[in-house]
Amino acid sequence: MLHTLQNLDRRWIFLLIALAVAIPTLTKWKPPEVSGQFSRDVFTEIEKLQPGDNVLMAWDYDPSTEGELAPMANALAKQCAAKQAKLYFITLLPLGPQMIDKTVDAVITRDYPDLVYGRDYVNLGFKSGNEGVIKVVITNLRGLYTTDARGTNIDQIPMCRDIKSVQDMKLIVNVSGSYPGTKEWVQYAVTPYKQKLKLVGGCTGVQAPLLFPYIPDQLNGLLVGIKGAAEYEQLVVDQYSPDRPEDRRFDGARRRMGPQSVAHLVMIGLIVLGNIVFFWERKVRLSGGS
Amino acid sequence: MKTEARVWWTLLLLASAWISWRAMTGGIGVGYEQTLDGVTVPSTATEARLGFAEASGGRTAGIWTAAFLTLAVFSFLYQDNVIYKLSESLFIGVSAAYWMVVSFWTVLVPNLWGKLFPAATQAWALPGTSPVRDDHWWINIIPLMLGVMLLWRLAPRGGWISRWPLAFIIGTTAGLKLISYLQADFLSQIRSSIKPVLVFDAAGNLQWGASLSSSLLLISTLAALSYFFFSWEHKGMMGKVSRMGVWVLMITFGAAFANTVMARIALLGIRFEFLFDDWLWLVDINQERLG
Repeated sequence: MLHTLQNLDRRWIFLLIALAVAIPTLTKWKPPEVSGQFSRDVFTEIEKLQPGDNVLMAWDYDPSTEGELAPMANALAKQCAAKQAKLYFITLLPLGPQMIDKTVDAVITRDYPDLVYGRDYVNLGFKSGNEGVIKVVITNLRGLYTTDARGTNIDQIPMCRDIKSVQDMKLIVNVSGSYPGTKEWVQYAVTPYKQKLKLVGGCTGVQAPLLFPYIPDQLNGLLVGIKGAAEYEQLVVDQYSPDRPEDRRFDGARRRMGPQSVAHLVMIGLIVLGNIVFFWERKVRLSGGS
Repeated sequence: MKTEARVWWTLLLLASAWISWRAMTGGIGVGYEQTLDGVTVPSTATEARLGFAEASGGRTAGIWTAAFLTLAVFSFLYQDNVIYKLSESLFIGVSAAYWMVVSFWTVLVPNLWGKLFPAATQAWALPGTSPVRDDHWWINIIPLMLGVMLLWRLAPRGGWISRWPLAFIIGTTAGLKLISYLQADFLSQIRSSIKPVLVFDAAGNLQWGASLSSSLLLISTLAALSYFFFSWEHKGMMGKVSRMGVWVLMITFGAAFANTVMARIALLGIRFEFLFDDWLWLVDINQERLG
């Protein structure tokens, strides 16, 4: 038995994890969600917005992290649109514009058809330059953004006429998949202009430990990975769609918590098993066995 | 042939036969589209059944290609193979080409050509832009020159010329990062760490939770820092504190690893959703195939 466990082919573990993810996906099982402090902070910060406030929606993710981040992006857009804020979408990733389009199609076009492009929301698209872009737009938005994503001159877009820089935004909402992302917005936008700017974000689980130290002084709230997204989705649905709690567009994260929870249990079991094998092996070795 | 290989080949053949049968009977992997106001948009099987949409060859091919590539990448978990290598190379090639095209249209055209030759750029590519040059338009000649110098690396002679713009890039990046790290990570983090150990509310009552949190923050920070303090030998009290610092670091790494696991499982979950829903139609997560 010990010999079998010591030499267990790692592909059995892959298969076990695959089953742990596949079975809840097929059975659509999901655990109930209770919101944590971080998610509530994000929700509360957006709730403070007044109609007409400018909000920068920095969608810094692409298909590689879409599964984890698109649910929170949809929920964030829904809450901001419901607060009747003016939404300025930008992205620092080349595939980001498609993510912005998906959010607009899924949330604004369907739930808020009265919102007009150019008056209530605008897609300024992608600019290359990573944190260099943030460094420029924080003082001079027009220095880089001469047109929106559709090629329209920024001066011809009504909601852009009075915007000189990102400092004119009431809040920055950032969804961050990798570099550049929330860390760069903290470093180059919020920290130098802490009195003027507030930032709430959502990030992948991988990034989260690097961002925790910024909370709450430099980062007002953070949705951590799929768990944070699920908690936030629950808050948004409870507040803005209580009659449609299972709306598929705002169920992506909660739905994916089923596979997540089962896979975590399997991993905990594997860690415990690994430790049992370790101590068993040591006991056998100390007793002179082989 | 080994028993293991025989088992896998049998499973693969059975799965292929089942998928082929489902595909031929129109039961899986079909993409739909409809035309709204002259624009073709993705649609659902339900809308096709109601007569608003029709099956799309392009979208169907897209679903099958995505499914094949997903399985090709998963095949690496069994062992390295040529199908995995193919998908890996395809991904790198497509990404590089896409990045180049996007950068050309979103950076070079509006931010360089649009500034140097606004009228020509407006007529050629961006009708929404202004045809009038800015007052300081000539300053954009500098990045143009630096760009040309950087590409000199490809020339058979004078490769050293590319070092000048590289030096400029490295210098400005280092300068930018130095300042931002000092402000955001060094000074701000020190300030955020300085908190009262005992926290009282407005009525003067001790807040146990907040006080415990502050105390833990102080002790953990000092313990972790002591581990990296090498001027004193790690013996006696210093040894115990630095040992505690190791534990703090280990807990941090554990939390980071757990978050990474969560992210990876989420990515695996969405690929499974795609395979089971969009491709194999085993579940109908988005309720697109009603009736």
